[in-house]
Amino acid sequence: MLNKLLSWDLPRSKVLAAILLVIFLGLLLTPLAGDKAMGAGAKICIFIILVASFDLLLGYTGILSFAHTMFFGIGAYGVAMISVEPGEHWWALGPGWGSIFLGIIVAVVLSTLIALFISAFSLRVRTMYFAMITLSVSAAVQTLAMRSTEITGGEDGINFTVPDLLSPLYTFADSIELFGQKVEFTGAFIMYYVVFIVALVLFLFVLRIVNSPFGRVLQAIRDNEFRAAAIGYRVVLYRAASSVLGAIIATLAGCMYALFLRYQGPEATMGFGIMMDILFMVVIGGMATIYGAVIGATLMLIAQNYLQDLMKIVQSDVSGIPFVSGLLHPDRWLLWMGILFIIVVYNFPWGIVGKLRMRALGIE
Amino acid sequence: MKQSTASKHPVLETRGLTVRFGGHVAVNSVSCAFSSGSLTAIVGPNGAGKTTYFNLISGQIPATSGEVFLHGENISGLSVAMRSRRGLGRAFQLTNLFPFLTVQENVRIAVQARAGIGADIIGMWNKHVELIDKANMILEQVALTSQAYTQARALPHGDQRKLEVGLMLALEPEVFMFDEPTAGMSVDEVPVILDLIKKIKDQGNRTLLLVEHKMDVVRELADRIIVLHNGCLVADGDPETVIASDIVQEAYLGAAPDKSKEAKK
Repeated sequence: MLNKLLSWDLPRSKVLAAILLVIFLGLLLTPLAGDKAMGAGAKICIFIILVASFDLLLGYTGILSFAHTMFFGIGAYGVAMISVEPGEHWWALGPGWGSIFLGIIVAVVLSTLIALFISAFSLRVRTMYFAMITLSVSAAVQTLAMRSTEITGGEDGINFTVPDLLSPLYTFADSIELFGQKVEFTGAFIMYYVVFIVALVLFLFVLRIVNSPFGRVLQAIRDNEFRAAAIGYRVVLYRAASSVLGAIIATLAGCMYALFLRYQGPEATMGFGIMMDILFMVVIGGMATIYGAVIGATLMLIAQNYLQDLMKIVQSDVSGIPFVSGLLHPDRWLLWMGILFIIVVYNFPWGIVGKLRMRALGIE
Repeated sequence: MKQSTASKHPVLETRGLTVRFGGHVAVNSVSCAFSSGSLTAIVGPNGAGKTTYFNLISGQIPATSGEVFLHGENISGLSVAMRSRRGLGRAFQLTNLFPFLTVQENVRIAVQARAGIGADIIGMWNKHVELIDKANMILEQVALTSQAYTQARALPHGDQRKLEVGLMLALEPEVFMFDEPTAGMSVDEVPVILDLIKKIKDQGNRTLLLVEHKMDVVRELADRIIVLHNGCLVADGDPETVIASDIVQEAYLGAAPDKSKEAKK
């Protein structure tokens, strides 16, 4: 059963299996640990999907696309724009389940069309040119989103409300006290589990894609597109299919993200910083592993969310020493992230998952 | 010896096939037909255009002029992938594998290409037992069973050459194009490949093209030899006659220095 769910692509390393289990249980129980943890947990769930779908492109197909966060943003805008109060715009239907589903469908269709468009024009060219084309398309869309204040709310973005069941104002049970934390059973709690389940299903779906006959063709194309064509695979079609699948999954992740935040703005989903983050997450976790997405996203986001807190504590201990205290100032957290990244890439060129699997096989 | 098949069209035919790279004519108006059940060896000095001729037939390089016909149908406009699907199989001179897939996966991806299930994104790759069986059978034929789970990039050169041939076998093509299949192989590995080629030939309904430098191999296997020299077809006939002819003695078997490197993929 577990085998079937994981598409027979098991972690293949006891250490990795243990880490994945801890992350899974952690994400399952996160809402019990308070609001900040819940926010971080939902972001981790969503980014795991975003990174896994990016790995489908980068690790499995050998396509470097900088437009991935654009699709993430399209998903978020799709749900957000349609859910604002009606009357403001003709497309606004107000909060509701229908709006959410319609928003998701419109966003997915739009993403599919854009992904097909990019593929048709650029998948024949070399990797580097494709990367540059996606970079420019995504920069154009991001600017468009930022400048079209009337439609997208510009840089301020869009705040919207969700159906009552998912709203933090709705409570379905009395709050309880758990380990000194007050746990409130609100709509946000339900929303978290919606995100969790959608992320889990999409994760297993991506895992299935890469272990399907189709997925193996993608890997063959990544390894040697010349030979893949020579044995009869139409390389361009497979690449286009892969980039459309990646785009759709990123779009769905975007929908979930906007629903969870009840907000969408260009910086939340489309910023270039996020694109860099998911690139780091894939590399740190391990390309072409899918499980790498879990490790990479969790590690990076925990560091982003908690490294500053940790540094605050450490800094207060060394506040007397001038240079060291400056280095450990919470504002310097990006410096430490960078160092962490260099260490990981240098020591684990195949990412953490790759390293763990090699160690399990006895290869150093 | 002209074509002697009963069917209306030869299996494979090139008419005036030419390709120019700048001012250099790599293949110069080569017209030739290949019939079923025969093995034609293509010989000639390095740089004669043998591999380029293969590239034109299988579509890796577009022809400047001339056409390729498969069963009388003009396939000159088709892509590499579509020609492969029509039954043109090719094993490359320089090993051309999927380095990060295992040996078995390499063959399976080709078996799958033949089976046409590449677009299945929900099914399990591991559950197509018949494809796995077929891949294992091919691994046995090319004597790679013991290496089935090694990554292709980790194979020694001779084994990579065998896998190269295995990939073509997996496609079950109608036309087999071998480009120096035994180059760089150790002496004891060569018979594996030669036996395989013989077996395919003995099926009687396949068309084999073989680029080969070793004259003893050519003598042993070929029904017919064509000679390319500076991109031109200069001799065509049964092995004994062609090998004995002046032009071959002079152009190929003579002590001509192997200087030219161009037109080698």
